[in-house]
Amino acid sequence: MSDAREQQAFAARMGRIYAWYTLGFLVFVGALAVFERIGLPRPWIGYIFLLATVLLYATIGVLSRTSDATEYYVAGRRVPALFNGLATAADWMSAASFIGLAGTLYLTGYSGLAFVLGWTGGFVLVALLLAPYLRRFGRYTIPDFLGERYGGHAPRVIGAAMAIFVSFVYVVAQIYGVGLITARLTGLAFEVGVFVGLAGMLVCSLLGGMRAVTWTQAAQYIVLIVAYLIPVVWLSVKHTGTPVPQLVYGSVLEKVTAREAQLIDDRKEADARAQFAARAAAAAERLARWPQSFTDERAALLAALAQAKATRAGVEKIASAQRAVDTYPRDAAAAKAIWTREAALVSRTAPLLPHAEPFPATDDAARDVARRNFLALVFCLMVGTAALPHVLARYYTTPSVAEARTSVFWTLFFVFLLYFTAPALAVLVKYDIYSSLVGSEFAHLPAWVNSWARVDPSLLSITDVNRDGFVQLAEIAIGGDIVVLAMPEIAGLPYVVSGLVAAGGLAAALSTADGLLLTIANALSHDIYYRIFNPNASTALRVGVAKLLLLVVAVAAAYVASLKTADILFLVSAAFSLAASGFFPALVLGIFWKRTTGRAAVLGMLAGFAVTFYYMATTQPWLRAMFGVTRSISDMMWFDIQPISAGAFGVPVGFAVIVLVSLVTPKPPAAAQALVEHIRSPEAQAASD
Amino acid sequence: MQANDRARAYWRRNMRLIAVLLGIWFVAAFVVPYAARALSIPFFGWPFSFWMAAQGAPLIFVILVGYYARTMNRRDREATRGADGGT
Repeated sequence: MSDAREQQAFAARMGRIYAWYTLGFLVFVGALAVFERIGLPRPWIGYIFLLATVLLYATIGVLSRTSDATEYYVAGRRVPALFNGLATAADWMSAASFIGLAGTLYLTGYSGLAFVLGWTGGFVLVALLLAPYLRRFGRYTIPDFLGERYGGHAPRVIGAAMAIFVSFVYVVAQIYGVGLITARLTGLAFEVGVFVGLAGMLVCSLLGGMRAVTWTQAAQYIVLIVAYLIPVVWLSVKHTGTPVPQLVYGSVLEKVTAREAQLIDDRKEADARAQFAARAAAAAERLARWPQSFTDERAALLAALAQAKATRAGVEKIASAQRAVDTYPRDAAAAKAIWTREAALVSRTAPLLPHAEPFPATDDAARDVARRNFLALVFCLMVGTAALPHVLARYYTTPSVAEARTSVFWTLFFVFLLYFTAPALAVLVKYDIYSSLVGSEFAHLPAWVNSWARVDPSLLSITDVNRDGFVQLAEIAIGGDIVVLAMPEIAGLPYVVSGLVAAGGLAAALSTADGLLLTIANALSHDIYYRIFNPNASTALRVGVAKLLLLVVAVAAAYVASLKTADILFLVSAAFSLAASGFFPALVLGIFWKRTTGRAAVLGMLAGFAVTFYYMATTQPWLRAMFGVTRSISDMMWFDIQPISAGAFGVPVGFAVIVLVSLVTPKPPAAAQALVEHIRSPEAQAASD
Repeated sequence: MQANDRARAYWRRNMRLIAVLLGIWFVAAFVVPYAARALSIPFFGWPFSFWMAAQGAPLIFVILVGYYARTMNRRDREATRGADGGT
């Protein structure tokens, strides 16, 4: 009873601390804005943001240092529901949500909403099917549950191995994001950025484990949501006159749709696209005859030059023939590279995609495929959300089952704040670009366009391909990330807001990376080392081993990220499908079907994971190259489902295998059945309410 | 015996609630997008299916989770009152 009162006092104290912190953060941003007006140079603002936020996270890490096992693994199980919600939301929202989501929505319109649906709807599964029962079970990790429920080492080891694999893939992508943002914010080299970010993460998780990570993530959520909302609200006031874009952007969407209708009929747009098509076709034709085409063309140019010189055709003609020879690619390899880039312009010839139209396509069959893929992606993202170990493990940290349920609500609420803003942001930016950039003169481009095109042509490049002096939509090549990164400048906000947005992206990436690193290190130290190799290890030794492993894993992940080799965006989405098919069936059936046996769970986890992995390996270009798959992609596709949604096959296979094998294996032992009875039973609550 | 029956009734009620809420979840997440082209009717400026996927369904999910937490937390309190000699 005094426990309950203590817990209440604790929650109230933390509430006061975080309220003051939020206020302090706003004052800090305001002060920087004032200094910017006085004349603080821009790079300094970047440095101050980076230093101040990383220092803040490190301070929280130092204040929460611990070597107690329950504190280290599950934050002492006294994180109030609201704060666990804040922390889980930050843990959950990665750099992909913060920077990538709005960009995807900008580029793909309705199709991109699969991410909004999938990444919010997954928490319904967490709340109804998993979180309360895992909290009632009340140990340290997800493999813990598999090991206890199904008996023997196999389920635990397989669970730990899958958790490590999935989380490692995911954490590499986060560290990559940290490196990019740090580089952009401060102008340091990418590799330096990776290791600066790494230091920020490690101070926190190394000293205080889950406890430090929890309180840091709560602080990071506040940074990232403030950073996301301020520019969107500003942009909304500019275009709609109201500061609540989520409620009113329908009118802007109408204007975008009307503008799209104009642009589709525009003759100049068609003309610009035709120019790109012609250039791409010419390059493709040269590539087809390569390397003969290179030799022939160079010979022709040299002959023309010799001819001009021989006939004394005049200085100007000779000079232009000389220039043609000089600008021609030096060797066959250089020619191939240039032509390959030109041939890729074919992607610029696609007609405009209507933003609000579901599954746009030319015929019914193609529309059907688009719809099938949309639904499959929603399914995989939802089930994957409900199976990612670093999110599920967070629900061990609340003081009670009731608070675990409430904290899923808070998690979803805080995630929702960002996710229902992103579609509004995409539409507002689209309106700005369609109405004020398209049709403007090349001589008078907005300042933000020039500065971003200079910084990174892959994010934004504009070429006057039909030489009419005006910008056509088809002449703009845009990378999705710019929607969030350049939004402060599009909205005409001071540079301090750009710094704030970068700090928000950094907070999103760091918080997710922290949670993932902890999951990997805990699976290794708790599930593998302590449970299997050294069950007599003292708690101090276990926590020590966990910290050491954390360091090793972090450095390994940073090293892999700094190689910049893999198709990283694909790897992130792969993590969802793999987690979904590996974990979800075994976890849910373990709780809801007493008859589920250990052997069935082992086979089901392996089968689900294997099917998903097989499908990806045979249909995803990067993995196909790695495994040397030669049969054509269309031969390997099932129902035209994209590899990103491979879990649509893995999850049903996982369920089917577990059910069938359970029915032919002997009933699970009494202990396992008693465990199921226990986690299903209501928990007595303290008298706090 | 009686305690056992009570436990079974508690679990059955929980399952019923989960089934109803997952039904709503399924309609919002899959049925509406499936019929998205037919449902692109004007809705306060948005096409209805666009609004549902961008704002409506996420809002419904928040409400579902909040409702489940409140209901189950209340049922837990009722189920354990007195039973464990608690407060």
